[in-house]
Amino acid sequence: MKYIDEYRDPALVAGLLTKIENAARQISHPVTIMEICGSHTYAIGRFGIRKLLPESIRLISGPGCPVCVTSAHDVDVALYLAGLDNVIFATFGDMLRVPGAGGDSLQKKRAAGADVRVVSSADECIELALANPQKEIVMMGIGFETTTPTIAAVVTACRRKDIQNFSVFSVHKIVPPAIKTLLADPLLNIDGFLCPGHVSTMIGTAAYQMIPDAGRAAVITGFEPVDILEGVWMLLQQIVSGNMEVAIQYSRGLRPEGNTRAMNLMQSVFETADAEWRGLGIIPASGLSLRNDFASFYTLKRFTLPDIKSSDISGCGCGDILRGIKLPNDCPLFKIVCTPMNPVGPCMVSSEGTCSTHYKYY
Amino acid sequence: MCIGFPGKIISIDKDNYAVIDISGTRREVCLDIVDEPADVGDYVISHAGYAIHKIDVATAQDKLKLLQELIDNEIY
Repeated sequence: MKYIDEYRDPALVAGLLTKIENAARQISHPVTIMEICGSHTYAIGRFGIRKLLPESIRLISGPGCPVCVTSAHDVDVALYLAGLDNVIFATFGDMLRVPGAGGDSLQKKRAAGADVRVVSSADECIELALANPQKEIVMMGIGFETTTPTIAAVVTACRRKDIQNFSVFSVHKIVPPAIKTLLADPLLNIDGFLCPGHVSTMIGTAAYQMIPDAGRAAVITGFEPVDILEGVWMLLQQIVSGNMEVAIQYSRGLRPEGNTRAMNLMQSVFETADAEWRGLGIIPASGLSLRNDFASFYTLKRFTLPDIKSSDISGCGCGDILRGIKLPNDCPLFKIVCTPMNPVGPCMVSSEGTCSTHYKYY
Repeated sequence: MCIGFPGKIISIDKDNYAVIDISGTRREVCLDIVDEPADVGDYVISHAGYAIHKIDVATAQDKLKLLQELIDNEIY
């Protein structure tokens, strides 16, 4: 597979490991590296990368799985909307099994008769809306900057086509404010960040400048073994030299200025709003809601919601795991009552969740 | 969730949707938000039904070559 196989070359991996070992020997203290992206968490587990690294290098996972950081309340609102009679609720598959109040989920709602459709692209909603004019199509708008422009593209396409039965329940979030929150957390002492490859395809390098400004290393990294190891090596080089910057390992995946076309589209449809992140609490201006110009496509303005009281799942450690201050093994539910077949918390649901990855690979 | 995969554009229709080939698997993606104009034969990274980046072939090759040289020559 072009642009994939080359980055799984065992000779390159072995060479990079030697370089990492040499660099690690030049650093007198243990090094903590956080991967922010759920796809990195998954790849690091799947390729066994933790076990390849010297003991002094610790990789921890951050809040980079959109499903995992969705608040309990937003999950409950999704469940309410999916249960309405005249609604076809469209969602990416990752969201289907996330438990809400009382262990309910979109999957269980569907089994009980709700019309929940799994889409792999938001543009499937256009066909759904045209084919079902008497129904309200509600798309669960979930994801970071990589995904949100695709939802914005569908919203603008629906406006062009004068589709009036489509709206977005936006729980979209943006990554930089979460990094800022992590940098300010006194319990976290992160030496460097593996920055998310495909979020960076969209937002470019400038958005991460607060990382080197805070004296930490930053490398935008791809998702294959060679990418991740080169990313770690580049982080160590910054730590050794003391010259922190936002470096790009994943040069085939982005331009330094990002995808301005997609970002402009996103900003024309969405505006920032405060958002609640599971584990991190409310972060100002870290969520995205639809602009007033697009109010008719905004589910929360189209529907009147009852007062939904939500509470976090008792005993679930997802919150601390998402901040990187606990590992799945520290959670009393992990592997005992919380398993991929019967997930209690969201980090066990998504294949990119830290708990699911640890269950499978460690 | 931000999973993206590289594929080669096989064809583009009048609505700006492309068929891309990922090692024999074909998938339709929309080209409306890709960062640079992309044509048949180009490689793009796609996410959730949309191409988001055109891969610059020279950049990708140079990077791999440089990495190989660094390792071969044990420069660090």
